[in-house]
Amino acid sequence: MKTFDYVRPASVREAVSAAAAPGAAYLAAGTNLLDLMKGGVTRPDRLVDITHLPDLDRIENLADGSVRIGALVRNADLAHDRDFARRFPAIAEALLSGASAQLRNAASVGGNLLQRTRCAYFYDPASACNKRNPGSGCDARGGDNRLHAILGWSESCIATHPSDFCVALVALDAVVEIEGRAGRREIPLEAFHRLPGDSPDRESVLEPGEMIVAVRLPAEAARFAAHARYLKVRDRTSYAFAIVSAAAALRIEQGVIAQARIAMGGVALKPWRAREAEQILLGGRADTALFVRAATAALAEAKPSGDNGFKIVLARRVVARALALAAAGTPERMPALPGSPFAAASGVLAHV
Amino acid sequence: MAFSTTLTINGVKRTIALDDPRVTLLDLLRERLNLTGAKKGCDRGQCGACTIIVDGRRINSCLALAISHDGADVLTIEGLAQGDRLHPVQEAFIAHDGLQCGFCTPGQIMSAFGLIQEGQAGDDPERVREAMSGNLCRCGAYRGITEAVLEAHKTLDALNRKEVA
Repeated sequence: MKTFDYVRPASVREAVSAAAAPGAAYLAAGTNLLDLMKGGVTRPDRLVDITHLPDLDRIENLADGSVRIGALVRNADLAHDRDFARRFPAIAEALLSGASAQLRNAASVGGNLLQRTRCAYFYDPASACNKRNPGSGCDARGGDNRLHAILGWSESCIATHPSDFCVALVALDAVVEIEGRAGRREIPLEAFHRLPGDSPDRESVLEPGEMIVAVRLPAEAARFAAHARYLKVRDRTSYAFAIVSAAAALRIEQGVIAQARIAMGGVALKPWRAREAEQILLGGRADTALFVRAATAALAEAKPSGDNGFKIVLARRVVARALALAAAGTPERMPALPGSPFAAASGVLAHV
Repeated sequence: MAFSTTLTINGVKRTIALDDPRVTLLDLLRERLNLTGAKKGCDRGQCGACTIIVDGRRINSCLALAISHDGADVLTIEGLAQGDRLHPVQEAFIAHDGLQCGFCTPGQIMSAFGLIQEGQAGDDPERVREAMSGNLCRCGAYRGITEAVLEAHKTLDALNRKEVA
């Protein structure tokens, strides 16, 4: 690991100023950053340690019914917060389906949003990677790309975003609060991560020095609590990144779908909201045929980026099953295997 | 540039000079304080052999910078027994053969300790396996490990009840 200057700011304003310098990076828990630094994948000159800043580790219920999650709230604390998990069960399930207990105990909310892709070629400094080294090419194209993107990819980059948490957040219209030198701004999480295009090295809309201070869920997001699930298919039952995942949230009135939310993970360089599929569900009866139709629409634009055509079929099935699980109702207790297709089933599953 | 970090380690408060900001909690324990119970397996947060308890939660000490944890309370495997009396989690690992070569065992035991404190798994073996998935055992002693965690949970639960009553 290359050495670095260590800076511990006393306020958000000081942090933003210290992190605006070229080569600076924010340090929260460091569960992804230190791993990348040990591998020589990222080589910051300065770490701005924000873990000692006050007031960023709170979950606040605001007067308008929205919930504000501070950037330093730990993944485990959010998932195990009873009130939060009751109101946003799909988010808690997504969090608990990710990483290991040790990592969830350390990893922060802001850090989860900013974690880097797990593309093996990005992680290997000897490989060509336009994200790590712009203009060097992409060894994932024509390489081992079974797990790579099927939506929104470009010739420059076929990596995926690895977060589970972000998938459920995007389904529920989360907003990111950002502090910069020019003050505070906010942006929907759906518009926060960038697709690769010609510049896969630019991963989010953050400008130099800008810092995530909170993630906010609108009041409306809690209206899906009775029918909200996260489903994640991976190579191991636990402690593995998604091959494909889906968050599904429904509002059902007298057997008819009044509102629907779907987002997919593991398919693109950002959490992928499937709005056309949501439209198809509106006004329909919650049954397998409708879910399959919606799932087909969700993948209508999908294209293999290599040996990963199977992911399109898999994603269709994962979306349809996530919808069936959501329609069957949020289980009273978190499943023993959160997000797992092997978890004890509740209700009728859609085998498609 | 010189730094220092103040940590309470197994109940003893110490201020440690650091000449390099790159020192992880794991390296600090092993290389500077001769507390070699926490193991360096992968050094990348994948194997769990370095698991320790920091401020009441189990974490991977290989991915934690010592300088950033200034003021933290640290519990390692060396601080678990009381004199010659092993902690119930340690007793249970012996009783159930929750190990073979022993390399991953300090991490397994500290992870089990943290898991029981978290109170999320209870007496459900499937929840225990899921909650212990961040600790790899290449000898494959998982069955004994799961049994040990379940028994330790029962023992500690009974002890807590006695204390309350």
